[in-house]
Amino acid sequence: MTKAFTRRRLLATAGLATPALLLGYYGKTPDKKTQQALLRSGEWLSFRARNLIGRNALAREYEPEDISPEFRTNGATLPKTQQWNADAKTGFQTWKLQVDGKVNTPQSFSLAQLKALPARTQITRHDCVEGWSAIGQWTGVPLSSILKTVGLTDDARYIVFWCADEMGSWQYYESIDLIDAFHPQTILAFGMNGQNLPVEHGAPARLRVERQLGYKQAKFIMRIEAVSSFEQLGDGKGGFWEDLGNYEWYAGI
Amino acid sequence: MSTVPIPRPRGGDLIKRHKLSTRLWHWISAAIMIVMLMSGLMIFNAHPRLYWGSYGANPDPAWLEIGAVKDDGYLRIGESEFNTTGFLGVSKGRWRPNVKRAFPEWATLPSNYDLSVARHWHLSFAWVFAIGTLFFGILSVFNGHVRRDLLPHKSEMTFIHICRQCKHHIMFKRPNGAAARDYNVLQKLFYLGVSGGLIPVLILSGLTMSPWINAIAPWLLDLFGGRQSARSIHFIAAFAIVLFIAIHLIMVLANGPFNEMRSMITGWFRLPKVRNK
Repeated sequence: MTKAFTRRRLLATAGLATPALLLGYYGKTPDKKTQQALLRSGEWLSFRARNLIGRNALAREYEPEDISPEFRTNGATLPKTQQWNADAKTGFQTWKLQVDGKVNTPQSFSLAQLKALPARTQITRHDCVEGWSAIGQWTGVPLSSILKTVGLTDDARYIVFWCADEMGSWQYYESIDLIDAFHPQTILAFGMNGQNLPVEHGAPARLRVERQLGYKQAKFIMRIEAVSSFEQLGDGKGGFWEDLGNYEWYAGI
Repeated sequence: MSTVPIPRPRGGDLIKRHKLSTRLWHWISAAIMIVMLMSGLMIFNAHPRLYWGSYGANPDPAWLEIGAVKDDGYLRIGESEFNTTGFLGVSKGRWRPNVKRAFPEWATLPSNYDLSVARHWHLSFAWVFAIGTLFFGILSVFNGHVRRDLLPHKSEMTFIHICRQCKHHIMFKRPNGAAARDYNVLQKLFYLGVSGGLIPVLILSGLTMSPWINAIAPWLLDLFGGRQSARSIHFIAAFAIVLFIAIHLIMVLANGPFNEMRSMITGWFRLPKVRNK
Protein backbone atom coordinates (compact mmCIF):
# COMPACT_ATOMS: atom_id res chain seq x y z
CA MET A 1 0.00 0.00 0.00
CA THR A 2 1.10 3.57 -0.61
CA LYS A 3 1.60 6.14 2.10
CA ALA A 4 -1.38 8.38 2.81
CA PHE A 5 0.58 11.63 2.63
CA THR A 6 3.09 11.78 -0.15
CA ARG A 7 4.44 15.17 -1.22
CA ARG A 8 2.64 14.91 -4.54
CA ARG A 9 -0.67 14.22 -2.88
CA LEU A 10 -0.18 17.15 -0.51
CA LEU A 11 0.57 19.47 -3.42
CA ALA A 12 -2.43 18.23 -5.35
CA THR A 13 -4.69 18.76 -2.36
CA ALA A 14 -3.39 22.29 -1.78
CA GLY A 15 -3.78 23.20 -5.43
CA LEU A 16 -7.29 21.86 -5.66
CA ALA A 17 -8.46 23.18 -2.31
CA THR A 18 -7.60 26.82 -3.09
CA PRO A 19 -10.54 27.45 -5.43
CA ALA A 20 -12.85 25.63 -3.02
CA LEU A 21 -11.77 27.93 -0.20
CA LEU A 22 -12.24 30.94 -2.49
CA LEU A 23 -15.80 29.86 -3.26
CA GLY A 24 -16.51 29.25 0.39
CA TYR A 25 -15.05 32.61 1.33
CA TYR A 26 -17.26 34.35 -1.22
CA GLY A 27 -20.35 32.76 0.32
CA LYS A 28 -19.27 33.54 3.87
CA THR A 29 -18.29 37.17 3.48
CA PRO A 30 -21.15 39.60 4.11
CA ASP A 31 -19.07 42.53 2.88
CA LYS A 32 -20.22 43.74 -0.56
CA LYS A 33 -16.83 45.27 -1.32
CA THR A 34 -14.97 42.01 -0.72
CA GLN A 35 -17.51 40.14 -2.84
CA GLN A 36 -17.00 42.66 -5.64
CA ALA A 37 -13.23 42.32 -5.39
CA LEU A 38 -13.49 38.52 -5.58
CA LEU A 39 -15.76 38.68 -8.61
CA ARG A 40 -13.37 41.10 -10.24
CA SER A 41 -10.38 38.78 -9.75
CA GLY A 42 -10.88 37.59 -13.34
CA GLU A 43 -10.35 41.08 -14.76
CA TRP A 44 -7.38 41.62 -12.42
CA LEU A 45 -5.76 38.38 -13.64
CA SER A 46 -6.55 38.98 -17.32
CA PHE A 47 -5.05 42.48 -17.27
CA ARG A 48 -1.87 41.25 -15.60
CA ALA A 49 -1.67 38.33 -18.02
CA ARG A 50 -1.96 40.83 -20.91
CA ASN A 51 1.00 42.73 -19.44
CA LEU A 52 3.03 39.50 -19.42
CA ILE A 53 1.97 37.84 -22.66
CA GLY A 54 1.61 39.63 -25.95
CA ARG A 55 1.82 43.30 -24.94
CA ASN A 56 2.54 44.14 -28.58
CA ALA A 57 0.74 41.29 -30.33
CA LEU A 58 -1.32 42.48 -33.29
CA ALA A 59 -5.05 42.01 -33.70
CA ARG A 60 -6.05 40.04 -36.78
CA GLU A 61 -6.49 42.11 -39.94
CA TYR A 62 -9.01 40.90 -42.51
CA GLU A 63 -9.41 41.09 -46.28
CA PRO A 64 -11.77 43.54 -48.04
CA GLU A 65 -14.18 40.68 -48.85
CA ASP A 66 -14.56 39.93 -45.12
CA ILE A 67 -16.11 43.35 -44.37
CA SER A 68 -19.65 43.21 -42.90
CA PRO A 69 -22.23 44.22 -45.53
CA GLU A 70 -23.87 46.40 -42.88
CA PHE A 71 -21.95 47.61 -39.82
CA ARG A 72 -24.36 47.74 -36.91
CA THR A 73 -24.38 51.04 -34.99
CA ASN A 74 -24.50 51.09 -31.23
CA GLY A 75 -24.62 53.58 -28.38
CA ALA A 76 -25.03 57.25 -29.30
CA THR A 77 -25.55 57.89 -33.01
CA LEU A 78 -26.09 61.68 -32.88
CA PRO A 79 -24.59 63.86 -30.13
CA LYS A 80 -26.69 66.72 -28.79
CA THR A 81 -23.87 68.88 -27.42
CA GLN A 82 -23.58 72.42 -28.84
CA GLN A 83 -19.94 72.45 -29.89
CA TRP A 84 -20.17 69.20 -31.82
CA ASN A 85 -23.36 70.33 -33.62
CA ALA A 86 -21.76 73.65 -34.54
CA ASP A 87 -18.73 71.77 -35.90
CA ALA A 88 -20.94 69.31 -37.78
CA LYS A 89 -22.67 72.21 -39.60
CA THR A 90 -19.31 73.22 -41.10
CA GLY A 91 -18.49 69.69 -42.15
CA PHE A 92 -16.13 69.58 -39.13
CA GLN A 93 -13.93 72.32 -40.58
CA THR A 94 -14.17 74.18 -37.26
CA TRP A 95 -13.63 70.99 -35.23
CA LYS A 96 -10.47 70.98 -33.15
CA LEU A 97 -9.00 68.04 -31.29
CA GLN A 98 -7.52 69.32 -28.07
CA VAL A 99 -4.61 67.31 -26.66
CA ASP A 100 -3.53 68.27 -23.13
CA GLY A 101 -3.01 67.06 -19.56
CA LYS A 102 0.33 65.45 -18.67
CA VAL A 103 1.98 66.54 -21.91
CA ASN A 104 4.95 68.81 -22.64
CA THR A 105 3.29 70.95 -25.30
CA PRO A 106 -0.52 71.00 -25.27
CA GLN A 107 -1.77 71.36 -28.81
CA SER A 108 -4.92 71.23 -30.88
CA PHE A 109 -5.31 69.63 -34.26
CA SER A 110 -7.80 70.40 -37.01
CA LEU A 111 -9.25 67.55 -39.05
CA ALA A 112 -7.14 68.68 -42.04
CA GLN A 113 -4.00 68.59 -39.89
CA LEU A 114 -4.81 65.05 -38.70
CA LYS A 115 -5.46 63.91 -42.26
CA ALA A 116 -2.10 65.34 -43.34
CA LEU A 117 -0.24 63.03 -40.91
CA PRO A 118 0.89 59.57 -42.06
CA ALA A 119 -2.21 57.38 -41.81
CA ARG A 120 -2.81 53.71 -41.20
CA THR A 121 -5.61 51.67 -42.77
CA GLN A 122 -6.70 48.40 -41.18
CA ILE A 123 -9.58 45.97 -41.62
CA THR A 124 -10.45 44.73 -38.16
CA ARG A 125 -13.23 43.12 -36.18
CA HIS A 126 -15.33 45.08 -33.72
CA ASP A 127 -16.61 42.90 -30.85
CA CYS A 128 -19.45 44.20 -28.72
CA VAL A 129 -19.58 43.18 -25.06
CA GLU A 130 -23.07 41.82 -25.85
CA GLY A 131 -21.61 39.18 -28.15
CA TRP A 132 -22.00 40.37 -31.76
CA SER A 133 -19.15 41.26 -34.14
CA ALA A 134 -18.82 43.41 -37.25
CA ILE A 135 -15.84 43.86 -39.56
CA GLY A 136 -14.93 47.24 -40.99
CA GLN A 137 -12.06 49.10 -42.57
CA TRP A 138 -10.65 51.99 -40.56
CA THR A 139 -8.29 54.75 -41.66
CA GLY A 140 -6.69 57.11 -39.19
CA VAL A 141 -3.65 58.52 -37.46
CA PRO A 142 -1.77 56.25 -35.10
CA LEU A 143 -2.37 57.61 -31.60
CA SER A 144 1.36 57.17 -30.96
CA SER A 145 2.27 59.85 -33.52
CA ILE A 146 -0.03 62.40 -31.84
CA LEU A 147 1.35 61.49 -28.41
CA LYS A 148 4.93 61.77 -29.68
CA THR A 149 4.16 65.20 -31.17
CA VAL A 150 2.91 66.62 -27.86
CA GLY A 151 5.33 64.56 -25.73
CA LEU A 152 4.10 62.82 -22.57
CA THR A 153 5.48 63.85 -19.18
CA ASP A 154 7.09 61.18 -17.02
CA ASP A 155 4.07 60.76 -14.78
CA ALA A 156 1.56 60.16 -17.60
CA ARG A 157 0.03 56.68 -17.22
CA TYR A 158 -3.31 56.71 -19.05
CA ILE A 159 -4.79 58.40 -22.10
CA VAL A 160 -8.36 59.67 -21.66
CA PHE A 161 -10.76 60.34 -24.55
CA TRP A 162 -13.47 62.93 -23.93
CA CYS A 163 -16.42 62.62 -26.27
CA ALA A 164 -19.26 64.82 -27.53
CA ASP A 165 -22.01 62.31 -26.76
CA GLU A 166 -23.72 62.11 -23.42
CA MET A 167 -26.50 60.16 -21.73
CA GLY A 168 -28.48 62.28 -19.29
CA SER A 169 -25.81 64.42 -17.70
CA TRP A 170 -23.05 61.82 -18.15
CA GLN A 171 -20.43 62.61 -20.74
CA TYR A 172 -19.02 59.63 -22.62
CA TYR A 173 -15.33 59.09 -21.98
CA GLU A 174 -12.90 56.21 -22.08
CA SER A 175 -9.33 55.56 -21.00
CA ILE A 176 -6.56 53.16 -21.99
CA ASP A 177 -3.09 52.50 -20.65
CA LEU A 178 0.14 53.38 -22.44
CA ILE A 179 0.70 49.85 -23.77
CA ASP A 180 -2.51 50.12 -25.78
CA ALA A 181 -2.01 53.84 -26.50
CA PHE A 182 1.32 53.20 -28.25
CA HIS A 183 0.18 49.94 -29.91
CA PRO A 184 0.64 50.23 -33.70
CA GLN A 185 -3.01 49.39 -34.42
CA THR A 186 -4.39 51.99 -32.00
CA ILE A 187 -5.56 54.82 -34.25
CA LEU A 188 -7.79 57.87 -34.25
CA ALA A 189 -9.97 56.87 -37.19
CA PHE A 190 -11.47 59.55 -39.44
CA GLY A 191 -12.27 57.15 -42.27
CA MET A 192 -14.42 54.03 -42.46
CA ASN A 193 -14.79 51.64 -45.41
CA GLY A 194 -13.04 54.11 -47.71
CA GLN A 195 -15.16 57.14 -46.81
CA ASN A 196 -15.27 59.82 -44.15
CA LEU A 197 -16.30 58.37 -40.80
CA PRO A 198 -20.13 58.47 -40.80
CA VAL A 199 -21.86 60.43 -38.03
CA GLU A 200 -23.49 57.31 -36.52
CA HIS A 201 -20.04 55.73 -36.18
CA GLY A 202 -18.51 58.72 -34.37
CA ALA A 203 -17.63 61.51 -36.82
CA PRO A 204 -15.29 63.20 -37.21
CA ALA A 205 -12.89 60.91 -35.31
CA ARG A 206 -13.18 57.88 -33.07
CA LEU A 207 -10.76 55.61 -31.26
CA ARG A 208 -9.88 52.14 -32.55
CA VAL A 209 -8.14 50.11 -29.87
CA GLU A 210 -8.31 46.75 -31.59
CA ARG A 211 -7.57 44.34 -28.75
CA GLN A 212 -10.47 45.48 -26.60
CA LEU A 213 -14.28 45.35 -26.74
CA GLY A 214 -16.62 47.83 -28.43
CA TYR A 215 -17.36 50.17 -25.54
CA LYS A 216 -13.66 51.14 -25.40
CA GLN A 217 -13.86 52.45 -29.01
CA ALA A 218 -14.86 56.01 -28.01
CA LYS A 219 -16.75 57.96 -30.70
CA PHE A 220 -17.12 61.73 -31.35
CA ILE A 221 -13.77 62.55 -29.70
CA MET A 222 -13.30 66.23 -28.75
CA ARG A 223 -10.33 66.08 -26.41
CA ILE A 224 -7.50 63.77 -25.49
CA GLU A 225 -6.06 64.09 -22.01
CA ALA A 226 -3.00 62.36 -20.56
CA VAL A 227 -3.38 61.62 -16.84
CA SER A 228 -1.45 59.84 -14.13
CA SER A 229 -4.63 58.34 -12.64
CA PHE A 230 -8.29 58.27 -13.64
CA GLU A 231 -9.62 58.11 -10.09
CA GLN A 232 -10.58 61.80 -10.11
CA LEU A 233 -12.52 61.55 -13.38
CA GLY A 234 -16.22 60.74 -13.59
CA ASP A 235 -17.03 58.07 -11.04
CA GLY A 236 -13.38 57.05 -10.92
CA LYS A 237 -13.55 53.79 -12.88
CA GLY A 238 -11.96 55.05 -16.07
CA GLY A 239 -14.89 55.14 -18.49
CA PHE A 240 -18.57 55.72 -19.14
CA TRP A 241 -19.73 52.09 -18.99
CA GLU A 242 -17.20 51.32 -16.27
CA ASP A 243 -18.85 54.03 -14.11
CA LEU A 244 -22.48 53.44 -15.06
CA GLY A 245 -22.69 49.73 -15.77
CA ASN A 246 -19.89 48.29 -13.66
CA TYR A 247 -18.18 46.95 -16.80
CA GLU A 248 -14.48 46.03 -16.81
CA TRP A 249 -11.98 48.82 -17.42
CA TYR A 250 -9.70 46.26 -19.08
CA ALA A 251 -11.97 44.93 -21.82
CA GLY A 252 -9.61 42.51 -23.56
CA ILE A 253 -11.74 39.46 -22.67
CA MET B 1 6.48 -2.52 1.06
CA SER B 2 4.29 -5.49 1.41
CA THR B 3 5.09 -8.74 -0.34
CA VAL B 4 1.79 -10.37 0.49
CA PRO B 5 -0.36 -10.45 -2.64
CA ILE B 6 -3.46 -8.31 -2.30
CA PRO B 7 -6.50 -10.58 -2.53
CA ARG B 8 -8.82 -9.81 -5.41
CA PRO B 9 -11.89 -8.00 -4.04
CA ARG B 10 -15.19 -9.83 -4.20
CA GLY B 11 -18.84 -8.81 -4.35
CA GLY B 12 -19.94 -7.10 -1.13
CA ASP B 13 -16.46 -5.76 -0.32
CA LEU B 14 -15.82 -2.08 0.36
CA ILE B 15 -13.06 -0.87 -1.93
CA LYS B 16 -11.28 2.44 -2.41
CA ARG B 17 -12.51 3.58 -5.80
CA HIS B 18 -11.67 7.28 -6.28
CA LYS B 19 -8.50 9.14 -5.40
CA LEU B 20 -8.63 12.27 -3.24
CA SER B 21 -7.59 14.45 -6.20
CA THR B 22 -10.37 12.99 -8.37
CA ARG B 23 -12.99 13.57 -5.70
CA LEU B 24 -11.87 17.13 -4.97
CA TRP B 25 -11.79 18.16 -8.62
CA HIS B 26 -15.12 16.43 -9.26
CA TRP B 27 -16.95 18.55 -6.69
CA ILE B 28 -15.06 21.77 -7.43
CA SER B 29 -15.77 21.49 -11.13
CA ALA B 30 -19.39 20.58 -10.42
CA ALA B 31 -19.74 23.87 -8.53
CA ILE B 32 -17.84 25.81 -11.21
CA MET B 33 -20.02 24.25 -13.93
CA ILE B 34 -23.20 25.53 -12.28
CA VAL B 35 -21.73 29.05 -12.07
CA MET B 36 -20.44 28.92 -15.66
CA LEU B 37 -23.67 27.57 -17.15
CA MET B 38 -25.96 30.02 -15.37
CA SER B 39 -23.79 33.11 -15.91
CA GLY B 40 -23.23 31.97 -19.51
CA LEU B 41 -26.98 31.92 -20.13
CA MET B 42 -27.23 35.49 -18.80
CA ILE B 43 -24.43 36.57 -21.17
CA PHE B 44 -26.25 34.83 -24.04
CA ASN B 45 -29.40 36.79 -23.14
CA ALA B 46 -27.54 40.02 -24.03
CA HIS B 47 -27.56 38.93 -27.68
CA PRO B 48 -29.68 35.79 -28.16
CA ARG B 49 -28.60 35.13 -31.75
CA LEU B 50 -25.87 32.81 -33.07
CA TYR B 51 -23.93 33.06 -36.32
CA TRP B 52 -21.30 31.22 -38.34
CA GLY B 53 -18.11 32.92 -39.53
CA SER B 54 -16.02 35.86 -38.35
CA TYR B 55 -18.71 38.51 -37.99
CA GLY B 56 -22.38 38.45 -37.08
CA ALA B 57 -24.73 41.12 -35.77
CA ASN B 58 -28.41 42.05 -36.09
CA PRO B 59 -28.31 42.81 -39.86
CA ASP B 60 -26.70 39.41 -40.57
CA PRO B 61 -28.53 36.06 -40.80
CA ALA B 62 -28.50 34.06 -37.54
CA TRP B 63 -28.77 30.26 -37.56
CA LEU B 64 -30.28 30.27 -34.07
CA GLU B 65 -32.40 32.93 -32.47
CA ILE B 66 -34.50 33.20 -29.33
CA GLY B 67 -36.96 36.04 -29.21
CA ALA B 68 -40.48 37.24 -28.54
CA VAL B 69 -43.35 38.48 -30.66
CA LYS B 70 -45.89 40.20 -28.40
CA ASP B 71 -46.38 37.69 -25.57
CA ASP B 72 -45.18 34.63 -27.44
CA GLY B 73 -41.64 33.36 -27.05
CA TYR B 74 -39.97 31.51 -29.88
CA LEU B 75 -36.84 29.54 -30.64
CA ARG B 76 -35.78 29.50 -34.28
CA ILE B 77 -33.13 27.09 -35.54
CA GLY B 78 -32.49 27.50 -39.25
CA GLU B 79 -35.91 27.54 -40.86
CA SER B 80 -37.73 25.76 -38.02
CA GLU B 81 -39.52 27.87 -35.47
CA PHE B 82 -40.87 26.58 -32.16
CA ASN B 83 -43.25 28.27 -29.77
CA THR B 84 -41.43 28.24 -26.44
CA THR B 85 -43.62 30.61 -24.43
CA GLY B 86 -43.09 30.04 -20.70
CA PHE B 87 -39.50 28.89 -21.11
CA LEU B 88 -37.57 30.63 -23.91
CA GLY B 89 -38.29 34.15 -25.15
CA VAL B 90 -41.11 34.85 -22.72
CA SER B 91 -41.18 33.39 -19.23
CA LYS B 92 -42.57 33.94 -15.76
CA GLY B 93 -40.44 36.28 -13.68
CA ARG B 94 -40.23 36.83 -9.97
CA TRP B 95 -41.99 40.20 -10.13
CA ARG B 96 -43.80 40.06 -13.45
CA PRO B 97 -45.84 37.29 -15.09
CA ASN B 98 -44.37 37.79 -18.57
CA VAL B 99 -40.70 38.66 -18.86
CA LYS B 100 -39.24 39.00 -22.33
CA ARG B 101 -35.81 37.45 -22.25
CA ALA B 102 -34.16 34.48 -23.96
CA PHE B 103 -33.50 32.25 -20.93
CA PRO B 104 -35.76 32.56 -17.88
CA GLU B 105 -34.76 34.20 -14.59
CA TRP B 106 -34.47 30.90 -12.71
CA ALA B 107 -31.79 29.68 -15.12
CA THR B 108 -29.45 32.68 -15.09
CA LEU B 109 -26.85 34.18 -12.77
CA PRO B 110 -27.72 36.81 -11.68
CA SER B 111 -31.42 36.24 -12.25
CA ASN B 112 -32.07 39.86 -13.24
CA TYR B 113 -30.64 41.21 -16.49
CA ASP B 114 -27.08 42.23 -15.60
CA LEU B 115 -24.47 41.59 -18.26
CA SER B 116 -21.52 43.05 -16.36
CA VAL B 117 -22.13 41.01 -13.19
CA ALA B 118 -22.66 37.83 -15.26
CA ARG B 119 -19.36 38.55 -17.01
CA HIS B 120 -17.60 39.00 -13.66
CA TRP B 121 -18.83 35.58 -12.51
CA HIS B 122 -18.12 33.89 -15.83
CA LEU B 123 -14.67 35.36 -16.47
CA SER B 124 -13.38 34.95 -12.89
CA PHE B 125 -14.51 31.33 -12.61
CA ALA B 126 -13.17 30.71 -16.12
CA TRP B 127 -9.66 31.30 -14.76
CA VAL B 128 -10.20 28.82 -11.92
CA PHE B 129 -11.71 26.28 -14.30
CA ALA B 130 -9.03 26.60 -16.98
CA ILE B 131 -6.10 26.43 -14.55
CA GLY B 132 -7.75 23.65 -12.54
CA THR B 133 -8.52 21.61 -15.66
CA LEU B 134 -4.96 21.98 -16.88
CA PHE B 135 -3.57 21.06 -13.45
CA PHE B 136 -5.89 18.08 -12.95
CA GLY B 137 -5.34 16.94 -16.54
CA ILE B 138 -1.56 16.84 -16.13
CA LEU B 139 -1.89 15.20 -12.71
CA SER B 140 -4.22 12.54 -14.14
CA VAL B 141 -1.73 11.63 -16.83
CA PHE B 142 1.09 11.28 -14.29
CA ASN B 143 -0.77 9.57 -11.45
CA GLY B 144 -2.15 6.90 -13.77
CA HIS B 145 -5.81 8.01 -13.60
CA VAL B 146 -6.01 8.31 -17.39
CA ARG B 147 -4.11 5.10 -18.17
CA ARG B 148 -5.64 2.88 -15.49
CA ASP B 149 -9.21 4.17 -15.27
CA LEU B 150 -10.06 5.92 -18.53
CA LEU B 151 -8.11 4.51 -21.48
CA PRO B 152 -9.93 1.41 -22.79
CA HIS B 153 -7.94 -1.83 -23.04
CA LYS B 154 -7.27 -3.23 -26.47
CA SER B 155 -9.57 -6.14 -25.65
CA GLU B 156 -12.41 -3.73 -24.91
CA MET B 157 -12.18 -1.93 -28.20
CA THR B 158 -13.78 -4.64 -30.31
CA PHE B 159 -17.08 -4.19 -32.08
CA ILE B 160 -18.64 -7.20 -30.36
CA HIS B 161 -17.59 -6.08 -26.89
CA ILE B 162 -18.92 -2.55 -27.40
CA CYS B 163 -22.22 -3.90 -28.79
CA ARG B 164 -22.59 -6.21 -25.80
CA GLN B 165 -21.97 -3.32 -23.42
CA CYS B 166 -24.57 -1.22 -25.22
CA LYS B 167 -27.07 -4.07 -24.82
CA HIS B 168 -26.29 -4.32 -21.08
CA HIS B 169 -26.84 -0.58 -20.71
CA ILE B 170 -30.16 -0.63 -22.53
CA MET B 171 -31.37 -3.56 -20.41
CA PHE B 172 -30.05 -1.92 -17.21
CA LYS B 173 -28.00 -5.06 -16.60
CA ARG B 174 -25.35 -4.08 -14.07
CA PRO B 175 -22.00 -5.74 -13.59
CA ASN B 176 -21.51 -7.34 -10.22
CA GLY B 177 -18.65 -8.52 -8.09
CA ALA B 178 -15.15 -7.38 -8.96
CA ALA B 179 -16.19 -6.38 -12.49
CA ALA B 180 -18.01 -3.35 -11.05
CA ARG B 181 -14.76 -1.91 -9.72
CA ASP B 182 -13.59 -0.62 -13.09
CA TYR B 183 -15.40 1.52 -15.61
CA ASN B 184 -16.82 -0.42 -18.54
CA VAL B 185 -15.80 0.56 -22.05
CA LEU B 186 -18.79 2.84 -22.61
CA GLN B 187 -18.11 4.74 -19.39
CA LYS B 188 -14.44 5.04 -20.32
CA LEU B 189 -15.23 6.45 -23.76
CA PHE B 190 -17.90 8.74 -22.31
CA TYR B 191 -15.65 10.24 -19.62
CA LEU B 192 -12.66 10.37 -21.94
CA GLY B 193 -14.71 12.16 -24.59
CA VAL B 194 -16.03 14.71 -22.13
CA SER B 195 -12.77 15.41 -20.30
CA GLY B 196 -10.44 15.13 -23.27
CA GLY B 197 -12.73 16.49 -25.99
CA LEU B 198 -15.75 18.46 -24.89
CA ILE B 199 -14.17 20.39 -22.02
CA PRO B 200 -11.08 21.48 -24.03
CA VAL B 201 -13.43 22.60 -26.85
CA LEU B 202 -15.46 24.57 -24.31
CA ILE B 203 -12.38 26.29 -22.86
CA LEU B 204 -10.70 27.00 -26.21
CA SER B 205 -13.86 28.29 -27.92
CA GLY B 206 -14.39 30.56 -24.91
CA LEU B 207 -10.85 31.91 -25.20
CA THR B 208 -11.40 32.52 -28.93
CA MET B 209 -14.03 35.15 -28.11
CA SER B 210 -11.43 37.36 -26.38
CA PRO B 211 -9.88 40.09 -28.56
CA TRP B 212 -6.67 39.92 -26.50
CA ILE B 213 -6.39 36.13 -26.90
CA ASN B 214 -7.09 36.56 -30.64
CA ALA B 215 -4.00 38.76 -30.86
CA ILE B 216 -1.69 36.33 -29.06
CA ALA B 217 -3.18 33.12 -30.52
CA PRO B 218 -4.72 33.93 -33.91
CA TRP B 219 -4.64 30.20 -34.78
CA LEU B 220 -7.64 29.76 -32.49
CA LEU B 221 -9.71 31.89 -34.89
CA ASP B 222 -8.74 29.53 -37.71
CA LEU B 223 -9.36 26.44 -35.58
CA PHE B 224 -12.98 27.42 -34.88
CA GLY B 225 -13.64 29.22 -38.16
CA GLY B 226 -13.94 32.76 -36.81
CA ARG B 227 -15.12 34.47 -33.64
CA GLN B 228 -18.86 34.08 -34.24
CA SER B 229 -18.39 30.38 -35.08
CA ALA B 230 -16.45 30.02 -31.83
CA ARG B 231 -19.37 31.64 -29.99
CA SER B 232 -21.80 29.17 -31.63
CA ILE B 233 -19.54 26.20 -30.82
CA HIS B 234 -19.14 27.45 -27.22
CA PHE B 235 -22.95 27.46 -26.89
CA ILE B 236 -23.35 24.00 -28.49
CA ALA B 237 -20.58 22.57 -26.26
CA ALA B 238 -22.26 24.05 -23.18
CA PHE B 239 -25.52 22.42 -24.28
CA ALA B 240 -23.65 19.11 -24.66
CA ILE B 241 -22.30 19.52 -21.11
CA VAL B 242 -25.87 19.91 -19.83
CA LEU B 243 -26.78 16.66 -21.63
CA PHE B 244 -23.71 14.96 -20.15
CA ILE B 245 -24.66 16.07 -16.63
CA ALA B 246 -28.23 14.80 -17.15
CA ILE B 247 -27.06 11.36 -18.36
CA HIS B 248 -24.44 11.22 -15.59
CA LEU B 249 -27.07 11.94 -12.91
CA ILE B 250 -29.51 9.38 -14.36
CA MET B 251 -26.76 6.73 -14.26
CA VAL B 252 -25.95 7.61 -10.64
CA LEU B 253 -29.62 7.21 -9.71
CA ALA B 254 -29.90 3.95 -11.65
CA ASN B 255 -26.82 2.44 -10.01
CA GLY B 256 -27.55 3.18 -6.38
CA PRO B 257 -27.19 6.85 -5.47
CA PHE B 258 -26.01 6.12 -1.92
CA ASN B 259 -23.09 3.93 -2.95
CA GLU B 260 -22.16 6.20 -5.87
CA MET B 261 -22.30 9.39 -3.79
CA ARG B 262 -20.29 7.76 -0.99
CA SER B 263 -17.59 6.72 -3.43
CA MET B 264 -17.27 10.23 -4.83
CA ILE B 265 -17.23 11.82 -1.35
CA THR B 266 -15.23 9.34 0.76
CA GLY B 267 -13.71 7.24 -1.99
CA TRP B 268 -15.23 3.99 -0.66
CA PHE B 269 -17.41 1.96 -2.97
CA ARG B 270 -19.21 -1.28 -2.11
CA LEU B 271 -18.98 -3.82 -4.87
CA PRO B 272 -22.40 -5.26 -5.70
CA LYS B 273 -22.95 -8.81 -4.47
CA VAL B 274 -22.71 -11.61 -7.00
CA ARG B 275 -26.24 -12.67 -7.73
CA ASN B 276 -26.89 -16.39 -7.83
CA LYS B 277 -28.35 -17.50 -11.08
